[in-house]
Amino acid sequence: MTQLPDGRYVDDAPYDPQASIQTLERADLDAPNWLLVWRKFKQHKLGLISGVFLLLCYLMLPVAGFIAPYTPNERQSEHLYSPPQSVNYWHEGEFLGPFVYPMTAEADLETFQWKFVPDLSNPLKLEFFCKGGEYRLAGLIKSDTHLFCPPDGATLFLWGSDRLGRDVFSRILYGAQLSLTVGLIGISVSFFLGILFGSIAGYFGGRIDWVINRVIEILRSLPELPLWLALSAAVPSNWGPVSVFFIISIILGILDWPGLARAVRAKFLSLREEEFVRAAEMMGASSSRVIRKHLLPNFMSHLIASATLSIPAMILGETALSFLGLGLRAPAVSWGVMLNDAQNLASIEIYPWTAIPMLPIIIIVLAFNFLGDGLRDSLDPYQS
Amino acid sequence: MSILRYTIFRFGTMLLTLWAVSALVFLIINLPPGDYLSNQIAELRASGQSAGVAKAEFLRKEYALDRALWEQYMIWIGFLPGPHGFSGLVQGNFGWSFEFDRPVRDIVGDSLWLTVLVNVAAIIFVYAVALPLGVIAAAKSRTWIDYTSAFVGYLGLATPNFLLALILYYYGRKYLNIPIGGLMDPIFEGQPLSWEKIKSISVHMIVPTIVIGTAGASAMMQRLRANMLDELGKPYVETAIAKGMSPSRMLAKYPLRVAFNPFVADIGNLLPSMVSGSVLVSVVMGLQTIGPTLLTALKTQDQFLSGFVLMFVALLTLIGTMISDILLVLLDPRIRYEGRES
Repeated sequence: MTQLPDGRYVDDAPYDPQASIQTLERADLDAPNWLLVWRKFKQHKLGLISGVFLLLCYLMLPVAGFIAPYTPNERQSEHLYSPPQSVNYWHEGEFLGPFVYPMTAEADLETFQWKFVPDLSNPLKLEFFCKGGEYRLAGLIKSDTHLFCPPDGATLFLWGSDRLGRDVFSRILYGAQLSLTVGLIGISVSFFLGILFGSIAGYFGGRIDWVINRVIEILRSLPELPLWLALSAAVPSNWGPVSVFFIISIILGILDWPGLARAVRAKFLSLREEEFVRAAEMMGASSSRVIRKHLLPNFMSHLIASATLSIPAMILGETALSFLGLGLRAPAVSWGVMLNDAQNLASIEIYPWTAIPMLPIIIIVLAFNFLGDGLRDSLDPYQS
Repeated sequence: MSILRYTIFRFGTMLLTLWAVSALVFLIINLPPGDYLSNQIAELRASGQSAGVAKAEFLRKEYALDRALWEQYMIWIGFLPGPHGFSGLVQGNFGWSFEFDRPVRDIVGDSLWLTVLVNVAAIIFVYAVALPLGVIAAAKSRTWIDYTSAFVGYLGLATPNFLLALILYYYGRKYLNIPIGGLMDPIFEGQPLSWEKIKSISVHMIVPTIVIGTAGASAMMQRLRANMLDELGKPYVETAIAKGMSPSRMLAKYPLRVAFNPFVADIGNLLPSMVSGSVLVSVVMGLQTIGPTLLTALKTQDQFLSGFVLMFVALLTLIGTMISDILLVLLDPRIRYEGRES
């Protein structure tokens, strides 16, 4: 490409009168749908960044134990409510690499708080790929190697420690494992129910449609949280953390499907009359085959986009339930469980870092919103 | 169909829905194994206090908890006679709270009105904020005003309610001296309504209203902006501008009217989530609404109390949705009384 003196741009390639102007456009027209969607999605910068960020977050989940310096319930009883420590590189004008100053707790007899005083004369270097508390990689492989650990004789609380002297940073990483997967499991349940009932209602119509429609209307007109509360209050208190986790995500999904079912039903009602459906029926395809092979693929992408937009509601729902003490329970670690500690103003005033888990919640919810918006905008590549 | 007939029809469907909801609620509150009294009896037996057992057994009979589940339901609603004749929700008897050992009516009392008050205030807040912001964001689209309001809106959607509550309380106290927690000064509790009490309530309402309304306002603002942008691209807008109409008059006279319909219809979708939010926020902020009562009742398996609160919350949303449906028909004669299709 060269620029002429008058400011126009001209292609350097020699002019070929034979070349069809159509070839390039033909390639575009024949491009598979996903390519067109991807091209359009790339335009939506915020959505793209959010998508990459979320992908990284989910990839981090199985190796959370490796990245976290501590295990989630490891207590440093000498360091309750320790403030965030900074990782330093320069000690008295000399480069040492990443190190921390050891902190000692001193009781302040006026405010009755622990004060943490760093020992500035004693820099201790961080260790890398070192031995620490035992954890399971991806929940399967036992390991005790951590990416980085506190040096002997010092602590490493990047984001401070909580009421029991547990590292907030490590707990956020572990909490992500539950908080982020709750949305996925919930949305799968809601997706399954929504498609099942929506397609039955839309495809068969008649009385069954009427019944399902009424159920949808009733469920949609009810406030979700009190029902979530009531359902989770029914979870027996002697269940283990894993089963509570699954049942909570299922509860979140059970009340979410009506919105999706409504969308599916509306699409089915319009697509049911199309010729390709009638053709399939005349060739003897069963109803379930028509629904699965001919109807659903038509708007699967739209469903995925709308599902992406309802994941945040579930993540917030889990947080709210755990925050109120009816969701996940300790020793399970989720962001809501952690925020349970930051429930009162006093702790936010004195120990602001206990409220840090709200940052990942806000960021993740925003990211899902942007990703969903981007997907929704780009899923119809033929629309300008 | 006249508007009156539509109102009656809509009221009828609401009652039917409420009936279905009552069955659902009853089912949910009976999901945990056993009931409050049978748990108590087991506990008393375990600690060897036989005197209490007799009383609990008596209460079980008194409240028909020893009957089949469907019979219990019918008695609770008031369709079947209980041990003392018909006395269910339909007859205005809300039941007995075992945990507090008082009638449900006494426990919920004032908090019912405060719940309604908080939610109505939040709805007014949503409209008051979303309407001007949405219109301005659309009119000045792709300027810093639009981007700022979009950013604030997204943040409002993403921040969990209870965190917003804590943050606002903290800074409100620090800089504006806004009182923390509750819906009125403790001295006014149980007092008859007076000017001072109203003032106290309105000062205490500021933070809860903002907190409950923010998420709804953000969602509504974004939707109004999108609707307005759709309308602004249409030829009639161009004609109006070409005629020399002032932009603000043109906005208010044409596109806003068209964009306004979904705005009203949306309240039906918005209300459930706002009532949800208010329950949660009330627990965190210690408001004297039914939120905290619901939480205690659910945790202690106090079934009549939690059942009543759940029914009340559902009734609140159903009435709100009904009003929005009727308003919509009044606003837009094109809607042919078939209900909303969104």
